[in-house]
Formats: sequence, structure tokens, C-alpha cells
Amino acid sequence: MKLINQHTKKIMEGCKARAKEFGLNFSKDTLEYYVTNVDLIELSPKHMIPTLYDYWLQDIQVLHGKGEYEIYPSNPYETVINTRPVISFYNDTNPDWLNVMIFYHVIGHIDFFQNNKFFEKTWDYDFKQKALTEKRIIAKLRAQKGRVVDYVIEFAKSIDNLVSYFRHLAEDENVRNILSLPDKADYYFNHFLQSEKKIGLREYLQEIELYNKWEEKEGKSKVESFFDKVTLKNPEFEELFHNRKIEKDIARPDLMQFIMNESKFINKEQNVWMKTIFEIIRDTSLYFSPMMRTKIMNEGWASYWHEKLFLSDDRIKGHEVAFARINAKVTALSRVGLNPYAIGWRLFMHVEEMANQGKYTYDYQKLNNANERKLFDSDTKSGNDFIFHVRANYCDSTFVNRFVDQEFVDKHKLMVVGQRINMQKGVKEYYVKSRKAEDYKQMMFESLYHPPHVAFHQRENGTLYINHEFEGKELYRDYVKNTLIGIEYLWGDTVKLETTELDYDEMKRQYAQLDKGKAPQDIKIKPAFNRVLYTVKDKKVTRQKFG
Amino acid sequence: MADICKKDRTESEKPVTDEKINLLDYFRFAPKGFMGIYDYDDSKITLNLQPGGYSSTSRLFDLDRLLERDKLREKDGFPRKIKLGKLVKPSKDGKDKSVIIPSAAEEKFYHWNSEPYLGEGESTGGNGDEQEGEVIGEEPLRPDEGEGQGGAGKGEGGEHGTGADAFEIGRILTEQFELPNIKDKGKKTALTRYTYDLTDLNRGHGQILDKKSTLKRIVKTNLAMDNIDLKKGIDTSKFIVTPRDRVYRTLSREKDYESQAIIFFVRDYSGSMQGKPTEAIVTQHVYIHSWLVYQYQRRVTSRFIVHDTDAVEVPDFYTYYNKNVAGGTDIASGYQLVNKIVKEENLARDYNIYIFHGTDGDDSDDDGSKSLEELSKMIDFANRIGITIAENSYTSRANSIVEKYLRRSKLLETYSKIIHMDSFKADEADEQRLIGSIKTLIS
Repeated sequence: MKLINQHTKKIMEGCKARAKEFGLNFSKDTLEYYVTNVDLIELSPKHMIPTLYDYWLQDIQVLHGKGEYEIYPSNPYETVINTRPVISFYNDTNPDWLNVMIFYHVIGHIDFFQNNKFFEKTWDYDFKQKALTEKRIIAKLRAQKGRVVDYVIEFAKSIDNLVSYFRHLAEDENVRNILSLPDKADYYFNHFLQSEKKIGLREYLQEIELYNKWEEKEGKSKVESFFDKVTLKNPEFEELFHNRKIEKDIARPDLMQFIMNESKFINKEQNVWMKTIFEIIRDTSLYFSPMMRTKIMNEGWASYWHEKLFLSDDRIKGHEVAFARINAKVTALSRVGLNPYAIGWRLFMHVEEMANQGKYTYDYQKLNNANERKLFDSDTKSGNDFIFHVRANYCDSTFVNRFVDQEFVDKHKLMVVGQRINMQKGVKEYYVKSRKAEDYKQMMFESLYHPPHVAFHQRENGTLYINHEFEGKELYRDYVKNTLIGIEYLWGDTVKLETTELDYDEMKRQYAQLDKGKAPQDIKIKPAFNRVLYTVKDKKVTRQKFG
Repeated sequence: MADICKKDRTESEKPVTDEKINLLDYFRFAPKGFMGIYDYDDSKITLNLQPGGYSSTSRLFDLDRLLERDKLREKDGFPRKIKLGKLVKPSKDGKDKSVIIPSAAEEKFYHWNSEPYLGEGESTGGNGDEQEGEVIGEEPLRPDEGEGQGGAGKGEGGEHGTGADAFEIGRILTEQFELPNIKDKGKKTALTRYTYDLTDLNRGHGQILDKKSTLKRIVKTNLAMDNIDLKKGIDTSKFIVTPRDRVYRTLSREKDYESQAIIFFVRDYSGSMQGKPTEAIVTQHVYIHSWLVYQYQRRVTSRFIVHDTDAVEVPDFYTYYNKNVAGGTDIASGYQLVNKIVKEENLARDYNIYIFHGTDGDDSDDDGSKSLEELSKMIDFANRIGITIAENSYTSRANSIVEKYLRRSKLLETYSKIIHMDSFKADEADEQRLIGSIKTLIS
């Protein structure tokens, strides 16, 4: 690993200057390193952060990566990490023109890291420095405590996807100010009107309007008087307000914090050091969370800019064809599959075009006539500003939800591809399942990162009861057992997990009752879901069905 | 001599600055002897320092140490973590490239789409012009249709490009997982090759002096010459040594008698095998294959057969490993093919024959009459038949068709030396279970 040479650095600086002119906004200093492919393989288990703590299973991943590389050698172009300053890694064999393209791509990422609100929590510190300190702490602990350290790392990691990232994001003064209405108003709008009065949306909005006007008129300090009127209309309000259950959602810990705070095992005097590791694993998971949730946007944004900036760069005249080939490799839509570069890039361009034509307006949305919709163009020229707004305020799920529309799906001939077995022909068929935007969106949601949601509490007998909220997908069964063993270790007492699983016996029974003459692809067996309870005690896991 | 002079000269001509002297050498050859405080300065110190030393992998363990580490987990009461797998890149000339890769899953609560069990695979995105409902592509469930049927005349199974690596994985298996050695039953002598060894003794001249024999010879000679007076004690310096007393070892050509083994891997790839059962069987066969290659020091020939209602011999482990599931099940077809190959190629005379069969226990032949018939033929020549039943999640334990008819037939007891069976739930088949299963099959 060494810094890029002066010649190449100059190219990078040139790219940065040009990118700034286009409105990209990022910190002045960056570090670029040359790395070998082996370096990258070795870095990948550490998520490319060279200073991340050591852990023996990372070594397995490295050996795995090296084996794969031996069979399928590949040449990664670049990788960039969200640190202060931002560090990016390159192959030293790239020609200058290719570096120009790659640098623009990297600059796109840097701009995204530093402006997208979901990364807000990573802006105030340098993760690689923090990681270095943590690496030393872990090394020191390992020297003192031996391999127990690795068990704690392993098991803490086994629940590090259950951290409440969004709550963490809300631990912010601005957000808290927005959320922290005066208690009475909070109760009135968030509970009373919704759950007690169950009023309609229109009335609700009117009520908010009234409140805002009142606040404007009377001033913030006297806004309470608003509720005098409310009490006149609803005599029960005062009493309900006083008896309300105080629920401060923000303060509720996630599973990692809960175990850290409540575990008998960890809170033993000789085990308290484990909390340090817990904090490290949790922080690391939170640090990487925004990246997981902005994959399509991040790559789309970087691809958008590397194309736009490259083509307008005067330094690379004559390499357009070579660029087109490489660019196509990166951003071509796959016949079957989801390429985040391709989808993200096209979606940003689509959003820009739609915004330019003024199509994100009520005037457009109310049109029903297809032809009118097609011809609609209020020429707002606001597309560029709008995509900057999108890059700052959206994450993948909101990005897809808001902007994947039928126009987009049609324009790029997108479709949902299904698979089915055709027994007569002895083949697995890929077929066009749908071309509807709604279905496409749904398919994309299904493929987005979405960790399971669990609720949990401690029973009187000391058992930790985890309740998995079923959202249509069961937990990957092979991993449930060992994950539970890990949680039990950390918890120091019995752990129970309630979750939902497919009942194969029931489905087999349905199958047996079916008319055997039917073609296999016509056979539809209803998925039979069952609530099941896993119990782990003394490293023994048992499973039982409810009811 | 001239050459040496030349060499000396060229070396001395070399400019000194070209030589890479590391810091240690620099001190060692310091011209003024030991260096004093003022002989050090930054430029000298930093001149030859390499920025190396710091690397993200400076503590990288090798596989053996990692496996040892994994073993400790068992001691601590946790399941093992490392799985060994093999990555193969097929190539047309049959010399597939493959490497052993360890992997370890990061086990967490992950969402998982269990719907594929309902007949429809997961949806994904795509792009193209077709209408809704139109098929845009298909993938054969039974690839390589029409490839060499039977394969009986194809000779010795060809070269396995994967040999070297199977060797490696076998070494790890035998060392790390403590598999018992397979019994070398009914050693059928077969000439394999000559080895050259220093076994012949020769008096007077030869390659290496055999000191022990020489000493014996000398004592004998001296005794014969009455040169040793036991009453006075032995004084070896008085020994007379004749040239004929010197015993040497010389290189000689030895005939190497080694038993050979032929292994039949038979795998059920019928539709019901999809998913876990196939995974379990294939993984187990990878282990057995690798370990046998190791145990028999590459003197093992493997043959691979897959069957649904028809049996096909496939040319190499890679194809065997990667075959997708296909149609219905007729286990007898697989056994039949083994018997046919053994008979036609007269393998029983020269080889230890091992047959490993993996299935999920479903068979269209309900009472097993056909299978059992083939199986009894097989017992005549086989050193060991190992049948693995990886049960589907919907089959109740130890209650598959195959298991039932095998037990009913009493073959397992009558020929307990030859035929072994193990059944387990495919879902629960982790590495330990599979290794345990291998132990059952070969014990």
C-alpha cells in the first residue's frame, strides 16, 4: 500500500476542481493509495478499513478470498471508505483516462458520504482513528483474557444487525427538537386524536393547522392555552392526559444495549470489560448501517457523476470509446438480476428529467390522460437542484418508493422476473412475472437490506424473551440455533425466541391430498405458517410449536 | 579455477551502492567496529528501513492454526465454525483447477425467503422486450443431456485434475477430524510400479555405509580371528578391519505391492433431493473422496454415478458435484450400473471396491426388491458399501422407504462387515454430523 504518485494525484486534484464546479460538495483533503489485489482481499473482511480490529474469523474470510481469487482472478477498480480524510484505494496499472473516470466515481461517493443525511452520525469523527484505538483495546484485552475475547466479539456480532440505527439517527438535537412537542401537544396529536378520537385525516390536519396558528398568535410560551378549548370540547382530555402511559420511544434500548445493561453475566465484576467490546461492535455496526441502506443511491449517484463529469472533461479527449466500453460494463442493466449501479444511475437520471419537466407536481399527478402526461413539460429546469435534494435526504427504500414509477419501468423496459420449474421440459424457466411499477417496487423492497425486527423483555425468572415480529419471511433456520447459543452465553441465563416458520409437515399433508394428475407448476400449496418457540438452556436448543 | 576467479572479479566490480544492506548488516559490517553515539543519524537509520512490518495481515493465521483454534471451540462447548469447501473451475481438457477454501458463516438472525419450497423461486429484476408471462430463458434441470451414457468402456476414470487438492483436504480431514483409517481388507496384489530404495546390502563397496551391519561384521571377523579376548575386555582400537567387512547399502529396484482401490460414488439426484439432502450428500462425498485420495496416496480411482430413474456415469467429480436435480427415483438403476461396470471391466480381481451411495431415502421401488437384488450382487465383490440417507424435512426420522426395506432385508446385520448405513435429517447435517456419518460408514 503506498500513496499514488504525484502525476496521478494531480489528475485527482483536477477532477476535484471540476467536480466542485458542478456543485458537488466535499472536503478538500483526500488520500489515495495504490493497493494490490491481495491487499484488497485482505481488507475486505475489515470492510476496507485497514485499522479495524483483528478477529480470527476475518482470517478465514481472507483465506476464502484468496482461494476464490486463485480460481477467478478479478481486478477491482477502486474502493473508497468514509473516513476523515476520505481514503480511496486503486490499482496502479490503470491508464490515466481510466483514472479520471474512477476518480469521478470516487468523488461521487465522497460527496454522497458527506451530504446524505443518513451518514450524519459519521460526520463528526474519523472512523479509522477510532477503529485504531479500538483495535488496540481489543488486542490488549486479548492478551489479558485470551480467547474469551473472541467469543464475546463473535456473539456480539451475531446480534449486531439488531441495533436500532434509525433511533440512533434520531439521537440528534435537531430531530429531537422536532419530535419534542410540549407534552400536552405530543399526547393530543400523537395519541389522543389518533387512538382515542380516531378522527379522519382532514380533521386531523385542520387541528394541526389550528394549533400552529394559535402558536403563531400567542407565542410559544402561551401555547398551552390552546388546550383549554380542547378540554371544553373534550372533557375527558385532561384526565386521560394525566393518566397517560409515558412512552419515550427514543430511550428504548436495542437488544445489544439491553443485554449490555441487564445481563447478569456481563455485569459480573470480572466480566464488565466485555461491555467495551460490545460498544465497539455496536458502534461499528451503526457506522456501516447507512452504507447498507444507501447502496443503490450511492452507486447510482457515483455512476451519474462519473459519466457526466468524464464526458465534459477536456483532458481525456480521444478516449470516449474506451470509456463507453468500461462504463457500459458497470452500468448496463442485467438481463436478469438487479445491478445497483445500473438502476441507481437510471433512477437519478429519471428523477432529474421528471423534475425538469415539472412532473413532481400536483398539476402533473392529477392528469389521467396518458397522452397529456407524456406531453406535459413545464420546463422548470429544477432537475439538477432536485437530485441534489434527493441525494441529501433519501435512502434506498424512500428513493425506490417515491421515484420508481410506471414511466421509469416502461422507459427502461424493466420487469420482474420469476422462476418456476417446468417438469415436462425438465427445465427451470425464467419468465416475465410483471411489468407493473408496483410489482417492480415490491420486488426491489424485498431485496433491500432489512434486518429482522425483534421485541424483547426479561421475565421474572431471569429468562430473556425475544419476540420476532414476522414480516412474511422466516429467519434463516440454519443460523437460529448458533445465534441463540451465543445470546445465551452473553445473557447468562435461558433465552427464548418466538418466531414464525413454515410448517413442512402441514404442507406435505396438503400435497398428499392433491390431485396427482395436475401438472406440477399448477400445484399451489398454501404456505402454512406456525408460531414456534426456541429455547436455549445450557447450550441446548429446543424448538416447539405453539398451539 | 578460471571460473572462480572470474566470479570473484565480477562480484568485486559490482558497485557497493547496489547492494541492499539491511540495518542489521549495516551495523555488523560497520567499518569502524562498533558505532558510537555520533555515528548514528537519521539518514543512516532510515535509509534502509522498509515501511513493511505494518500490514493488515501481520497476524494472519494459516489454515492449520485456524483449524486448531476451531477445535478449541468444541472444548469450550461451542459448535465448530470452519467449513472446508472446494472451489472448482472446470476446464475443457479435464484439468480442472480447484482450491480448498475454508469458510465460516457469520450467523445472525437473517430474513430468508422460504417460499422456494412452494415451487416458485425468488423473483428478481430484469430487462427486455418480452410480454408478461413470456418465458425469457430456461436452465436445464439435468444438464449435459446425452453425454457418454454408461461410460463402461471409458477406461480408468481418467485423470483427476482435482487430485492434488483432494489430497490437501484429505490431509486436513485425517489430521483434524480424526477419521479412523479404512481397513485394508483382502489385499489384492497388483503390480503398480517399481520404487528405488537403499535396501540391498553389499559388502566392499556401495553408496552408503551401513554402520551397524559393518560393526557386526567386524566383530564377527575379529571373533573368528580370535582377536577378541573377553577376559581382558574389548578394546576396539585393536580391531582389525578388512575391506570386506564394510557393508554398504545400495540402490535397488523394488517391486511395490500396493493394493488399489476403486471408489464408486453413487448419488441420487431425483427431484426430491433438491436443497438440503443434495447439499448434505455432496458435501459428505467431497469429504470421503478427498480423504480416500489422501489415505491411498493417490492410488485411488474414483467413478461417479448419478441416478434418478436412469443411472449415468459422469466423467469427473466436478460434474458429479454440480449435477442439478432431475426426475423420479429408481435406486436400483444406480446399483445396476455399478455392477455392470465392475463386471464388464473385471474390476473385482484387481481392486478394493468401495461404493458410497447417497439418497434421501425415497424410492419408487417400494419393497426394494430390485435394489436389494442388485445390492446382494454387490456384496460379493465390495469391500465396503456405505449408504447415506439424508432425509428430507418432511420424512419422519428413520422411516424412509430405503431405510425400511434395508432393515427388513437383514442385509445390514448379515453382512455387517460389508454394508453400513447411516441416516440423518438433512436439515441437521452440519459438518460434525457428516463426519460422524463417514465414521459410521467406514468403521
